Amino acid sequence: MGEKVLMKGNEAIGEAAIRSGCRHFFGYPITPQTELSAYMAKKMPKIGGTFLQAESEIAAINMVFGASGAGVRAMTSSSSPGISLKSEGISYIAAGDLPAVIVNIMRGGPGLGGIQPAQSDYFQATKGGGHGDYHLIVLAPNGVQELANLTADAFNISDEYRIPVMLLGDGTIGQMMEPVDFDEIPKPVYAHKPWAVNGTKNKRAANCVKTLYLTPSELEDRVIERYEKYEIVKDKLQRWEEHDTEDADIIVSSYGITSRVVETAVKQLRSEGFKVGIIRPITLWPFPEKAYKAVHPKAFLSVEMSMGQMVEDIKLACECSAPVYFTGRTGGIIPTPDEVIAKIKEIAGEVKING
Amino acid sequence: MNNCEMILAGFGGQGILFAGKILAHAAMLKNKQLSWLPSYGPEMRGGTANCHVIISDEPVGSPIITEPDVLVAMNAPSLDKFEGAMAPGGIIFADSSLIQKKAERNDIKAIYIAATEIADSMGNKSLANMVMLGAVIKETGLFTLDEIEETITRSVPAKKAALVEPNINAVKAGFGL
Repeated sequence: MGEKVLMKGNEAIGEAAIRSGCRHFFGYPITPQTELSAYMAKKMPKIGGTFLQAESEIAAINMVFGASGAGVRAMTSSSSPGISLKSEGISYIAAGDLPAVIVNIMRGGPGLGGIQPAQSDYFQATKGGGHGDYHLIVLAPNGVQELANLTADAFNISDEYRIPVMLLGDGTIGQMMEPVDFDEIPKPVYAHKPWAVNGTKNKRAANCVKTLYLTPSELEDRVIERYEKYEIVKDKLQRWEEHDTEDADIIVSSYGITSRVVETAVKQLRSEGFKVGIIRPITLWPFPEKAYKAVHPKAFLSVEMSMGQMVEDIKLACECSAPVYFTGRTGGIIPTPDEVIAKIKEIAGEVKING
Repeated sequence: MNNCEMILAGFGGQGILFAGKILAHAAMLKNKQLSWLPSYGPEMRGGTANCHVIISDEPVGSPIITEPDVLVAMNAPSLDKFEGAMAPGGIIFADSSLIQKKAERNDIKAIYIAATEIADSMGNKSLANMVMLGAVIKETGLFTLDEIEETITRSVPAKKAALVEPNINAVKAGFGL
């Protein structure tokens, strides 16, 4: 175990990325993720890396496209409206089968929305976001240490599968400080990249990263190949945290910072005798379907900082084996433990469970 | 008091976030579980700022405090905003140089420190945050003076090393030394 340091989530992403071999960061400022750009601006020049503040989010994501095509570990970050701008580039990176790490520290939307924390980009992150048939791998940390760990994982996973990975946090996770030990983060595992467009040195045939296929059958083949890879990812990469589900009448799900609120609520309810358990998805795509197929509560509840988006994936994952309820706040408001407790007690009444 | 949920609030520029960070850092050095969450927004010097600091022996659940045990209020709007949310038996520390009114609730304890005046008399009124911090650790026993001194020494960057001593002296003044 190394020495713990006290760091903001946004800065911890930067440090973890550098320790994971990322030497190319392309940023554009937006609240509440700007500390990550600022951290990279300060550190990258000192270690021979490239920090570039682009002229726009669109430019930044296309720089990631180029850098990643050349075979290096590259990253960009933004918050909700900026991620919408990057979505075209993200679709291209997915189509080029390139690794990349994209950070979304979410704020309230739609439109310019607000600057306070939200989770209303779940659909955008997990269902594609840009155009075309594709997925991102989406990781949702709920604290600063896990944020650092998953940043390191994001680079390794992205390299291994040649699928862009999105780290999905929110303003709270980005802004809060907690102790973090960087000796605990996974070590970099570098993939061989024979496809990289990094100069033939007159010794091999030229590589080409492209996303245009004018022959429909050729395009269909490429997309189907990619979906075969997604099936492997779905089988191997589902991650979640689970506790108190065995005897649970109600299983509560939430991700990111909301899961911390839910932990506080469930602890209180357990002490009052309610049989409540927790499944916390860590990978939002692939969604941890396996966790939901293995449990048999009388009801599920999804708690989100949105109008209810992950709730749909829970319904699909549990195949509606029990009613799936939703509660949440949106627009930049974080639900309180008391609100979650009240909702769980209301559900307990509806499905006739005694505390 | 070994653990607490504390809100520190005041004007931007008073060092509210820094004072909270010192407490969080001190907790880390004691191997405590902790979180530090700042308010953020279109804020500027003179606007309002606050941070939530949780110090615990258990992993911290929600980092958002709904019922603070301790409030450090460095302006009147902060006292107005958070007094109602205080846990019964909680303690309010108010900078009486800047807040003319008194706390209204009688199920909490209120301690008034003329922090800005004390800091001003020491030559730098921007150290009022550290005077408040001294008063907080004396009353709550959360940390010893030595622990706070060590934290300040460690958390001030090398190029600002000249600020270590004045900050420690301000904490001592708040502690009543």
